Amino acid sequence: MRELSDFDEMYQEVIIDHYKNPRNKSKLPNFTDEVMSHNPFCGDEIELQLNIKDNVIIDVSVSGRGCAISQSSGSLLGETIAGKTVIEAKNDNNSMRALLKDENLSEEQFDSLDDSTVIEGVKKFPVRIKCALLSWSALNDILNKY
Amino acid sequence: MINTDKIRKDFPILGEKVNGNDLVYLDNAATSHKPKQVINSLVDYYEKYNSNVHRGVHTLSVKATDEFEKSRISVQNFINAKSSNEIIFTRNASESLNLIAYSWGKDNINEGDEIFITPFEHHSNIVPWQMLCKEKNAILKYFPLDKNGDINLEKFSKEISKKTKLVSITHMSNVLGTVLPLNEIIDLAKKNNAVTVVDACQSVPHMPVDVQKIDSDFLCFSGHKMLGPTGIGVLHGKEEILNDMSPFLYGGDMISEVTYEDSKWNDLPYKFEAGTPNIADSIALGVACEYLSNVGMENIWNHEMELGEYAVDEISKLKNFKILGNKSKELRGGVVSFLHDTIHPHDIGSLLDGYGIAIRTGHHCAMPLVRSYGVVAASRASFYLYNKKDEIDKLIEGLKLVEDYFK
Repeated sequence: MRELSDFDEMYQEVIIDHYKNPRNKSKLPNFTDEVMSHNPFCGDEIELQLNIKDNVIIDVSVSGRGCAISQSSGSLLGETIAGKTVIEAKNDNNSMRALLKDENLSEEQFDSLDDSTVIEGVKKFPVRIKCALLSWSALNDILNKY
Repeated sequence: MINTDKIRKDFPILGEKVNGNDLVYLDNAATSHKPKQVINSLVDYYEKYNSNVHRGVHTLSVKATDEFEKSRISVQNFINAKSSNEIIFTRNASESLNLIAYSWGKDNINEGDEIFITPFEHHSNIVPWQMLCKEKNAILKYFPLDKNGDINLEKFSKEISKKTKLVSITHMSNVLGTVLPLNEIIDLAKKNNAVTVVDACQSVPHMPVDVQKIDSDFLCFSGHKMLGPTGIGVLHGKEEILNDMSPFLYGGDMISEVTYEDSKWNDLPYKFEAGTPNIADSIALGVACEYLSNVGMENIWNHEMELGEYAVDEISKLKNFKILGNKSKELRGGVVSFLHDTIHPHDIGSLLDGYGIAIRTGHHCAMPLVRSYGVVAASRASFYLYNKKDEIDKLIEGLKLVEDYFK
């Protein structure tokens, strides 16, 4: 029998905190890239703005509408990649996907993802992995141009 | 009154456990479960008389053809069509609607013509018309609504004109459960010589539908939402219109004569059924129609209205939940969509699933309608003949626990 406590792994405190108090929500006055990502399955939305100078992400804005997982994952993503180089952010993106596929990460990869690793609990609920990756897909769309 | 306890015994899946709990299946607007009579008819066909139809003279082929055509008559009787020639088997309602758009639409819609649909439509009754209008430089228009969000017939009567060539409407909204004023709309369409299409996916499975009374030119529905298998749907069309139309798909079965240079089309309904049809599922759909008729569509509709009303009342009692659409029992079938002030439907759905309660969460394939409520997603509970009041009580109990969890 599945108990409510089984859900605690997916809905960790950090996740609920980021869902209720999303970080980096304000739109940027200056940005180099902007993308809107939709999950056609549920209608969730994430809008990601980046200001990239000399291959460094100097500013991030993440906003949107959707479930606790998609929105907190976006908020966490903003904190994870802010200040990083494009290459580092690309590596984080790959690590995040690997993490949700239950692949082993090196200590370095894990540390680089920082708080975003709390999303890992979603693994037990495969139908929600798309929610967790919505913002990371938006990031992918932008980084592919670099 | 219907005997749900007796009916439930016909549905093997209702005995399943989900995450350790009894399955509470409240996602019937998405797809219904199948009684063992329907499941057995599939097994019977494959085990006892699997054969192609309309071809061989051998015993199995004759039996398969008989059962296949018998099913067409069951469907004909179920919706009271004038003739079995008016029943075209398709894959689903989406294919039926596409058939109309590609075949009738291609020959009859021209630049500047107008097509009217309502803001309540499922994507399958929006996208084919959007594409047709783009191709033909025609204009897609939406029915005006009043301040309660219902169809504004008076305003519509002024907006429809001789330019309107087609009016395509859902009989019952799959999101709000609202039943549309079909008779009035079809009357207005006829006065303007517009062809009428009814998306009956949510009505044919749940209420008595008489196509001669409705008097639409086309009516579409899917088998899997009415106790039948997936992959089988129906297009009902008036014979005279179907006869005038070009085929949709070309190939075997739909021809009467083929030379190396040219071909002649078969008669109705075969003109629109190219290739080997979905024999097993067509036969099973006939069995589903018989099953529903035996219970009685009037009984099923009354049962679902009662469940719908009970769900609306009970969810309304919860402080932070809000019902979408009209609350009145007469205008709503067994479909209830709701929102929570802060908790997202997806999170509600995941937690309820932990209790074995299956509801739909998301945009319900009606993105524009759900967005018009200022949200990207909603939760929906939808009922059928086998659902019971105590399942709604379990839903309410579940919603309270969800709220507690996210406090």
